[in-house]
Amino acid sequence: MFALLILLMILMIMGAIVAVQSKDLLSAVISMGIVGFGLTLVFLILQAPDLAIVQIAVETLTLVILIAAVMKTTMKEIKVRKSTVVIYSGIATVIVLIILLFILGDTFKELPAFGYPELRMSEYYIEQGLEKTGAANLVTSVILDFRAYDTLGEATVLFTAVMGILAVLRRKGRKE
Amino acid sequence: MKGMTEIVKTISRLLAGLIFFYGIYIVVFGHLTPGGGFAGGIVISGAFILLIIANGIDEEKINRVREKAGFLESSGIFLFWVISTIGLCMGTFFFLNFLGKGKPLNIFSAGTVPLCNIAIGIEVSAALCSIVIAFMLVKKGDKK
Repeated sequence: MFALLILLMILMIMGAIVAVQSKDLLSAVISMGIVGFGLTLVFLILQAPDLAIVQIAVETLTLVILIAAVMKTTMKEIKVRKSTVVIYSGIATVIVLIILLFILGDTFKELPAFGYPELRMSEYYIEQGLEKTGAANLVTSVILDFRAYDTLGEATVLFTAVMGILAVLRRKGRKE
Repeated sequence: MKGMTEIVKTISRLLAGLIFFYGIYIVVFGHLTPGGGFAGGIVISGAFILLIIANGIDEEKINRVREKAGFLESSGIFLFWVISTIGLCMGTFFFLNFLGKGKPLNIFSAGTVPLCNIAIGIEVSAALCSIVIAFMLVKKGDKK
């Protein structure tokens, strides 16, 4: 199971690199899809079907919208002038990465092992969730009962985003 | 915008109903099986977006659909706020589970949780539909 996870991670990283490097915008969008659908499989393997359903639906919708946007535009990437700046930025990236790994190496030793998180609050939710809320799906009982404030905020954010989009893209009352 | 070929139209007409009912199942059984308002709402809106993309859009018809989507979206978020405030009006705290908890694992259980799921499902599906319609109605000429 762990080996499968690592294989999926490598596939996702390769898809992301192809998406950044490819010249054709359509193939870049499709290789972004590899990252999203790989993430869906990772969620399924880690036993989070709630997240997997949301991820697969959002990923499909995003891909459809992005492909529709790419088909209407030029399909070619804007050419960037290559110069010595690329070399300098590459060297800077490597230095920053080495420093970051050096610092993170000490921090990772303190973290709990993979799959054994140290969360005191979640143990209470897991034990008392069904009794306190009556909902058999623990995820729903957390997001709509224990942490319902967050969900209310999320739904309101989505509503506000749609209002903003409709206001920006409106036809009536626009100055010529 | 024109639609696609006859094959795509027929297949999408057959599939859209199945996708729609699967989304409703995810919303209604959100408190028992994986899923809930957000996931089910996205699946429901997927059925409508499939039909819109396959059949193309007609300006006059789509404006009516957009008005209905806006109304449903606003009423979904309003319903969610009403459910959350009823507890406050009864003199206790926000998000009080004022209905009975019922038997666990039954469809009519968990009090307000399924009602909240249905409200979120209505809101999310209508919101995504209206976003896609708004983007499809934009033309190249209307920049300024």
